[in-house]
Amino acid sequence: MKVLVCVKRVPDTGGGFKLTSDGQRVDTTNMDFTISPHEECAVEEAIRIIEKHGGSSTVLTLGPEQAQEQLREALAKSVNGAILLEAPDYESWDPAATAQAIAEAAKPGGYDILLFGNECADACNYQVGLRVAHWLDIPCVTGIKALEIQGNKAIAKREVKDGWEVYEVSLPAAFTVKEGLNSPRHPSLRGIMGAKKIPIEKKKLNKREPQLVRKMLRKPQEGRGQIEILGQGVEAVPKVVAKLRELGVI
Amino acid sequence: MILAVLEQTKGTLPESSLEALTAARELAKISNDQAEVVLIGSQVKSLVSHLKGCAKALLVEDAKLDTYAPEAYAKIVAETIQKRSPRAVVAAGTDLGNDWMSRVAVRLDLGLATGCTEFKFEGANLRVIRFNWGGSLLEEAELRSNPKLITVQPHAIPNKPGEGAEPATETLSVALNEKDFRVQVKQVLASEKKGITLQDAKVVIGGGRGMGAGENFKMLEDLAGLLNGAVGGSRVATNNGWRPHSDQIGQTGQIIAPDLYIACGISGAIQHMVGCKASKKILVINKDSEAPIFQRADYGVVGDALQVIPALIAEVKKAKGL
Repeated sequence: MKVLVCVKRVPDTGGGFKLTSDGQRVDTTNMDFTISPHEECAVEEAIRIIEKHGGSSTVLTLGPEQAQEQLREALAKSVNGAILLEAPDYESWDPAATAQAIAEAAKPGGYDILLFGNECADACNYQVGLRVAHWLDIPCVTGIKALEIQGNKAIAKREVKDGWEVYEVSLPAAFTVKEGLNSPRHPSLRGIMGAKKIPIEKKKLNKREPQLVRKMLRKPQEGRGQIEILGQGVEAVPKVVAKLRELGVI
Repeated sequence: MILAVLEQTKGTLPESSLEALTAARELAKISNDQAEVVLIGSQVKSLVSHLKGCAKALLVEDAKLDTYAPEAYAKIVAETIQKRSPRAVVAAGTDLGNDWMSRVAVRLDLGLATGCTEFKFEGANLRVIRFNWGGSLLEEAELRSNPKLITVQPHAIPNKPGEGAEPATETLSVALNEKDFRVQVKQVLASEKKGITLQDAKVVIGGGRGMGAGENFKMLEDLAGLLNGAVGGSRVATNNGWRPHSDQIGQTGQIIAPDLYIACGISGAIQHMVGCKASKKILVINKDSEAPIFQRADYGVVGDALQVIPALIAEVKKAKGL
């Protein structure tokens, strides 16, 4: 079994955002970088598939030199190989450009399973995995929270409002996954040391003309006025009940 | 023409589809154009009465398409776009809508702007405002390819019923082959959860780090029972196994929009707030008065949720005469 898992380097925003003065990006001064929770689960799933079925896993990112940090993190968790598609200007690659480069890089790999996050944390485009699958002419199921490989087919479950949709597709196939699929492991110290020795394959691919172009980022208006403090501790309870009445809740 | 691509289940249109329909009609109105609608499934004829103000309803009535068959659905819309040449195509920015439209986009090699909250034509381009970071930031972007494909962020554009006559109907026929069904729902499993869902509840109670342990969510369940509400949790609560992951409220979980959200022991990380900020009112119970959630709520109690909630339950019971 050969598994490819695709991730994106994003700032670890924690409590809040500051934008650069030109409004073009998040000001990442003093920020750490990470990958989205969905992609953490995709990496974990890649490792579990290989542990169960044998074979090898590869992690891929399209990004700047520094994105090797995110690749090393996956290697430290025991992903076997890594590919960096060099793109210092990765923030201006739209979903179609990103997907075309990934599809081109993935084609010679002969992967049985491609894993993506359902959407990246920053741009929230929801479409890179589906576009890659289309160009590789393989089936794709999005937003899955359970995956089971049975021979040359896969059973994937997607959570919907009042239950689960069960999909069955034949391999090779692509899946975009959601947090909740599994509990991602932490890398071991030995894994971290070992990961430093694994060479990262670097490729530079052409960027096609973008169809979706960012003009500006801004913070949304917060619609709420000044908060009304109803009180401290249990003494506030009568006022809370009065408020619930006023709101028509009781 | 502006084309609205609408999800339906068992002959009903979800709120997100009605919002997308409203958006399509408004886009048609400001560009002096007309709106048409594509609907797929065996019971779609009964939905035409909801489509007032649209010029035409294009129907694909096929029981095989009652459950979502992504590639077949995408092929139908892609062929409809080629035949009818709309200026823009609008769908709901739900999981299904984003999946469906992404497949349409790549088939026709077009750009797609997901999660839009506003849009307007500027010459040949469509200028959109769309969610980034789950809505913590807004991106102003330009969609250059034609036609314009967009999905509308749920809860961003309120549903307004259309006026005027019902649309004329037309049956679409698209030849589908075996490959178009290589991805299809084989089976639907009912949720093991009982009671009202986070999406439907008028009152949602969320618990976070301040709840301290899984068993303390029992008191939130009790309060929810009294208020006819549902219980969810922050990412801390679901990652700690205090709540099942499906109850997570936030960027990587559910986006809720109840009348009242009661956040208990939740500090208010941006990733959580984007999941609950569509709530009409937010009441916070948190012992840390410096917690960022106090900047983003309507009402606050500075206190330990583990003490306030039991007292609140007793008082609510009294108020209800229980």
